[in-house]
Amino acid sequence: MIVQRLRDDRSLLINGSFVVAFVVLLIVAATTTDSFMTDDNITNLMKQSVTTGLLALGMLMVILTGGIDLSVGSVVALAGIMAAGLSADLPIPLAMAIGVAAGVACGFVNGMLVARFRLAPFVVTLAALTTIRGLAYVYSETPVTPTDIGFLWIGTESIGPFPVATLIVVAVFALAWVFLTRTGAGRAIIAIGGNREAVRLAGVNVPRHILVTYMISGFLAGLAGVILASRVGIAQPSVGVAFELNAIAACVIGGASLAGGRGSVLGTLGGVVLLALIDNLLTLYDVQSYWQQVLKGLIIVAVVLARRTEDER
Amino acid sequence: MLSLRGVRKAYSGVEVLHGIDFEAHGGEVVAIAGANGAGKSTLIKILCGAVARDAGTIAVDGREVALGSPAAAAALGIRTVHQELTLVPQLSVTENVLLGDLPKRGGLVDWPAAHERTRALLSRTGFTGVDPRTPAKRLSVARQQMVEIAKAMASEPRMLILDEPSAVLAGDDLDQLFALIRSLRADGVLVLYVSHRLDEVMEIADRITVIKDGLIAATSTPRETNEEEIVRQMAGRRLEQIYPDRREKPGRELLGTTGLTREGAFEEVSLSVCAGEVVGVFGLVGSGRTELAECLFAAAPHDAGEIRLAGRAVRLRSPKEAIAQGLAFVTEDRKGSGLVLDLSVRDNAALATLPRWRRHGLLDRKRQQAAIEDMNERLDVRPRTTSKPVKQLSGGNQQKVVLAKWLLSRPKVLILDEPTRGVDVAARVDLYREIDQLTRAGLGVLMISSDLTEVIGATDRVLVMHEGRLVADVPSAEADEELLLAHSIGVAA
Ligand SMILES: Nc1ncnc2c1ncn2[C@@H]1O[C@H](COP(=O)(O)OP(=O)(O)OP(=O)(O)O)[C@@H](O)[C@H]1O
Ligand SMILES: [Mg+2]
Repeated sequence: MIVQRLRDDRSLLINGSFVVAFVVLLIVAATTTDSFMTDDNITNLMKQSVTTGLLALGMLMVILTGGIDLSVGSVVALAGIMAAGLSADLPIPLAMAIGVAAGVACGFVNGMLVARFRLAPFVVTLAALTTIRGLAYVYSETPVTPTDIGFLWIGTESIGPFPVATLIVVAVFALAWVFLTRTGAGRAIIAIGGNREAVRLAGVNVPRHILVTYMISGFLAGLAGVILASRVGIAQPSVGVAFELNAIAACVIGGASLAGGRGSVLGTLGGVVLLALIDNLLTLYDVQSYWQQVLKGLIIVAVVLARRTEDER
Repeated sequence: MLSLRGVRKAYSGVEVLHGIDFEAHGGEVVAIAGANGAGKSTLIKILCGAVARDAGTIAVDGREVALGSPAAAAALGIRTVHQELTLVPQLSVTENVLLGDLPKRGGLVDWPAAHERTRALLSRTGFTGVDPRTPAKRLSVARQQMVEIAKAMASEPRMLILDEPSAVLAGDDLDQLFALIRSLRADGVLVLYVSHRLDEVMEIADRITVIKDGLIAATSTPRETNEEEIVRQMAGRRLEQIYPDRREKPGRELLGTTGLTREGAFEEVSLSVCAGEVVGVFGLVGSGRTELAECLFAAAPHDAGEIRLAGRAVRLRSPKEAIAQGLAFVTEDRKGSGLVLDLSVRDNAALATLPRWRRHGLLDRKRQQAAIEDMNERLDVRPRTTSKPVKQLSGGNQQKVVLAKWLLSRPKVLILDEPTRGVDVAARVDLYREIDQLTRAGLGVLMISSDLTEVIGATDRVLVMHEGRLVADVPSAEADEELLLAHSIGVAA
């Protein structure tokens, strides 16, 4: 009964092959390595998922409307370096808030160009990718090291056994889940990707909803940038290259369709954890890093393939 | 020529065809009738290789066939025009018709020859006035349907399957289609014809097969049976009266226009819809009916003239504002602009009323669910489960979901563009009764329809459009089909 309901609830979009892949990976990891189940490694795993998690969630919102946001990696760099730089003169929370706000502003510009001026999301955010990266370098050509130790709190501290950053990610995912499944705006965003015209005729302000998704994506990328700078204790203008690809991969593994209208928060979460697990394992096994990339690519294809054949039945 | 034995099909565990036995011969026109969700389209999808059967045998010319893919069916000469349009919107008519089979010269597509062949095909099917070079998305639904038919004719079919082709064709176009069917029959082609319009079924078919709940319920010739009998076989109940008696006195004007013009679509349209009134709009394809509806709903801009709501001139800028003013618009193309196919029945039904379900910022799913279930009950949407993706519903039930969406918005004026497209007779009766009741409570309805009996029977007044102009305003009690047709082609006195 419950299983049936879970299966019917399309907001979950989790299916058998996915769970199987997951469990198999976990068992393999736990039994074949000594270091996997250690507290250190688990904490590490959680921390590593933070950036991809936040980026993937923002990406999901955009992908649901049938768009894409390639600029998130650059936003990570800009937000991090602004927060670190400003923390020298401003209170840390304010500096961080400005970094995040810069991300929102980037999302706003992307969103306006896509929603109001009807430009192609791929082109707009590709242009934003280089523009924002450039801005990060303009802000500071060299890495910025925040001097105040308080800057490191959000990225490194834990509350009980849980890293603060992980708690933030969990909270954000929970909010996003509520937003997409339990609010009118969330339902409208999913519907827009499925049939924009039908949604427009139903009296929904389509451009505004699309704009909101890009702003969410910018916000979360900004947040990810600030947390990342805090975790590594240094903000680099070069950080975040190709992060958007991981984010997109997580969404797709989680069942999102790049054509829009399909995708879920829980699926994306699964995608994020799966990706982190793969990375983690390959490192534990000492796989050479180029081979890691090859294997990761192949695993992504395998998971997506398994999903697809199952979805089509 | 075609023989089915014990054909069964289940979708995710639910069986919808319970063993179909069916025979048909070349040179025969067999109509397939049945209520929404009876399994007609499923049967047809099996015949054309689009879905696989779970059990049973199918034989063509005495030889058992697998029909594993659309290509396999096509190789046997089985061509199909599906209920839902399948054209590639961006591609030209020619590319759609000759998809995968464009004439080539020296390795490159020979465009002049391709357009020529398409033109020939279109005129063979009797449909003129479609330029082969226009992209399919610029054509009206009816014209797209013509292109679909031409596409099916592109490779000399031995068996032509038409799933509700007439749902969007009317008047002359329908006559053309019938002429085509008759000429195919004379050439020994087997034609399977699915339709909810029983009058045309009686006219064109040699045999009528009724499917009820996934089983063949009856087969008879038009001479042995009549419409009433078919409806009884389909619905399992007798329908007393199709159209409600209407004798409401119209109240004050709800929606009106003066001199409304949209260049290239319609000119100088002045009309009015009053409270409690059902106003029909009849016209041929291209007469500007749909464009008029779109302008009234602010889904498209107009160039001149005035729109009044409750006596006040308004300038609506978006469908959102139109809805806020109490307008609702059921479009003619449920797949293109009516539904989000991947989403559930619930999400689709709630789409036009999202703000209403808000409580403390969140959707009040209980209240939403209750309202939607109630509406689905009233419109008899099947199945009742609201979590199913809309694309898994039968065509007629999808249409009811669109209606549910708009009725939930509690409109003051309801604009309907071909509202009963693909809806079975029994459900149509329910819909007319629903409209009748709502108008008693003060709703005004503007109903565009190509179905002459409907546009007369279900309305109080009929407006006729011809080439973008309103040419007649006839009380339904005095209207007859000939008169409306004559007005619509511009030959009435
Ligand atoms: N892809 C699908 N997945 C699950 N169920 C389906 C699917 N397609 C159709 N069904 C179900 O199969 C049943 C038969 O549908 P079908 O489309 O064959 O009906 P139909 O007779 O063509 O009805 P209509 O007159 O409304 O077009 C319906 O109950 C429908 O909900
Ligand atoms: Mg059907």
